[in-house]
Amino acid sequence: MPTVVLSSGSAVQQFTAGQTEFEVEATTFRRLILELERRFPGLGKQVEESMAIAIDGEIFQDAYSAELKPGSEIYLIPKIGGG
Amino acid sequence: MNYIDSSLKVVGTRPIRPDGVDKVTGRAVFAADTRASGMLWGKVLRSPHAHARIVSIDTTKAAALKGVFAVVSGVDFPEIASEEAFVGEGPMNFRDLSLNCMARDKVLYEGHALAAVAASTQAIADEALALIEVTYEVLPHVIDVEDAMAPGAPVLHADMFTSGVSPKPEKPSNIAKVVTFKKGDVEAGFKEADVIVEGSYTTQPVHQAYIEPHACLASYAPDGQVQIHTSTQGHFMVRAYTAKLLGISMSNIRVNPAEIGGGFGGKTLVYLEPVAVTLSRKSGRSVKMQMTREDVFRASGPTSGAAMTVKIGAKKDGTIVAAQQVLKFQAGAFPGSPIGPGCMCGFAMYDLPNVDVVGYDVVSNRPKVAAYRAPGAPITSFAVESLMDELAIKLGIDALTLREMNAAKNGTKTHYGPVHQNIGFTAVLDAVKSHPHWKSPLKEGHGRGLATGFWFNIGGESSAQVHVNEDGTVTAATGSPDIGGSRASIGMMVAEVLGVPATAVRTIVADTASIGFTFLTGGSRVTFATGMAATQAAEKVVEDLKRRAAQTWDIPVEAVEWKDGMAYPAGSNAGAFEPLDLAALALKAGRTGGPILAEVSVNAQGAGPGFGAHICDVSVDKETGHVKIERYTAIQDVGKAIHPSYVEGQIQGGAAQGIGWALSEEYIYNTKGQMENAGFLDYRVPVASDMPMIEAVLVEVPNPRHPFGARGVGEVPIIPPMAAIANAIRSATGLRMPDLPMSPPKIRAALDAAG
Repeated sequence: MPTVVLSSGSAVQQFTAGQTEFEVEATTFRRLILELERRFPGLGKQVEESMAIAIDGEIFQDAYSAELKPGSEIYLIPKIGGG
Repeated sequence: MNYIDSSLKVVGTRPIRPDGVDKVTGRAVFAADTRASGMLWGKVLRSPHAHARIVSIDTTKAAALKGVFAVVSGVDFPEIASEEAFVGEGPMNFRDLSLNCMARDKVLYEGHALAAVAASTQAIADEALALIEVTYEVLPHVIDVEDAMAPGAPVLHADMFTSGVSPKPEKPSNIAKVVTFKKGDVEAGFKEADVIVEGSYTTQPVHQAYIEPHACLASYAPDGQVQIHTSTQGHFMVRAYTAKLLGISMSNIRVNPAEIGGGFGGKTLVYLEPVAVTLSRKSGRSVKMQMTREDVFRASGPTSGAAMTVKIGAKKDGTIVAAQQVLKFQAGAFPGSPIGPGCMCGFAMYDLPNVDVVGYDVVSNRPKVAAYRAPGAPITSFAVESLMDELAIKLGIDALTLREMNAAKNGTKTHYGPVHQNIGFTAVLDAVKSHPHWKSPLKEGHGRGLATGFWFNIGGESSAQVHVNEDGTVTAATGSPDIGGSRASIGMMVAEVLGVPATAVRTIVADTASIGFTFLTGGSRVTFATGMAATQAAEKVVEDLKRRAAQTWDIPVEAVEWKDGMAYPAGSNAGAFEPLDLAALALKAGRTGGPILAEVSVNAQGAGPGFGAHICDVSVDKETGHVKIERYTAIQDVGKAIHPSYVEGQIQGGAAQGIGWALSEEYIYNTKGQMENAGFLDYRVPVASDMPMIEAVLVEVPNPRHPFGARGVGEVPIIPPMAAIANAIRSATGLRMPDLPMSPPKIRAALDAAG
């Protein structure tokens, strides 16, 4: 199963009771969000609205279909804008 | 299709800029140039207080003045629920945005809008503003970020409790959010270190200082249709925000992007548009609004100021084993500083085993901050790159060598999670090493500084259309306002794919009703993401043209090839036909399927991050404290420069803004929390005579995720200048200047203190 790491630390740890690393059964970004919301109410919404994810090192923003593999490492990070 | 290794005829050349004639002859239509029949002038009443409760607003006299058609205040705007959004260039709460456009019960900074009028002339509008009677209960205010965090500081928002800490605080405070990033074990890392350096640094809020103030023209028709002409980096963003803030359906709002006189991130919010639409709805007339330069300073967002501490530990050989940083970013009156990227960018240039970064997003009685080129990165990098210089001095290692030893490479895992891929940082450092500037001896009395910078760059949603006109010329339409040369770069990529000269393609920016959704221009995304959409649209057009040629010759489409802007039979077996060019195919378009066009929308992923390194030589006048930039070289990995002159211009412009940030720009507040230098006479941006020639060196490590290898270039160049200059001043004088701006009074004071 892919492993999720809360890289942006305590800003989202409020949803996970301090847990910073856990496994999630999901094969796409969308399924990941739904699963996060199911397990940690509020986290999926938070990820969807204001966060980006890095899957095995690559940053994805707003891409539901981004593929997760068994063993994928997923970091949740603040969404990135620019100027 | 990928063209990175192809022989290119258009991409990489320097055609004359397509917007040049309009701009130098004054024909370009900016938002302030727009007019409408029966148009009224809208003006805003702004708070003279930094923090006050609005006890009452009486608009009776203003409304009664002859020539006044509408007066609005907070009661005319819908109450908006607290809801986070990412429509613009950073996290934004719709309720905060609404309150920022028009205050309700409190004003939170000097310049905060609290009423507006629409009148037949500007003079009458000014007169009406003076007739609005406001009763304030003045409240204590706080300006400085660390003062705002201190116990007992005046609290701006009674319902704001710090998020990101556990347990949830019981009392509200000005700290909106705490974010942390950890990698490895930083305490263990510092125990391994032979040398530890520490420093505290501050930066000031600085304004983007776009030459064109905010302006718009809004018209609310009796059937509810809204037209807005505005100066913005994202007309779809203006549509979304205006719709949300005023409760109007998006389909009833059409936003036309005017030519834009600079943005740099500062035009990724709305200030005037919802107010102008409300005035128009109330008056039944079109309403024009434009800020003065004073309004721009007092009421629109600069970037954050910050207070930071940094600690770095290294082995004697220069290998860094631990790094720690605390950042306190001032957000202005509402939460939303670029603290996230600030925490992520400072150490992103290096391969570090143990990192700990904590960031605070803090509100105070200043205008709400807005994005500014690489938001957060220049601030954090000033601190980190200044301390890297101290580390190099302490270790007795050359500043470049220290960076080479610890440089991030492909495969380096950052402290915030992602792994660097296809990056060109080491190529940039190689270019520093071989550059004549770096190799040249220092002149007597001069000092030399080096600093580096990192920015993510982004992709995102973009739409593009390519039309072949009836005469065979081409129009490319996109939804990206052109703030940095994207009409040129997109037209060139389309021309390259079609095999025609750059001059055969005219690129336009289409309004919100004329093209698919396109995220705003920011994050250095347009040439990458919109360019990807335009390239794919051009490829679809080529496929269609081949099909039409096949139909014309009555041969299979597989027997047609496209080369140099013409369809050819692919080999002798395909038949002997004269090639068909775009004009010939366009002429017969009616017989081969109708108009020739393609539209592609993408959500582009894989934006290649950018790295830069700047070398700066300075001299310091020890009598006046004036710092003169003697020589400046900016080196950057740009992926593939589609139009090298524009890329060099981006780099020079970013460096120039960084030089102002470093040496002269700051907001000066009096004891009442009022800004005392709200104009270009007293808020000192560099002028031409202050500037050296900035040599831009383009390093091209292609981004394999873009068809031509492009990566964003507009933001990286503003990141290194502050530290490069601070390090040069250290080299010239022995003084470490930890507080920006490094203005003559500060240099003089430091020289005096040093004896």
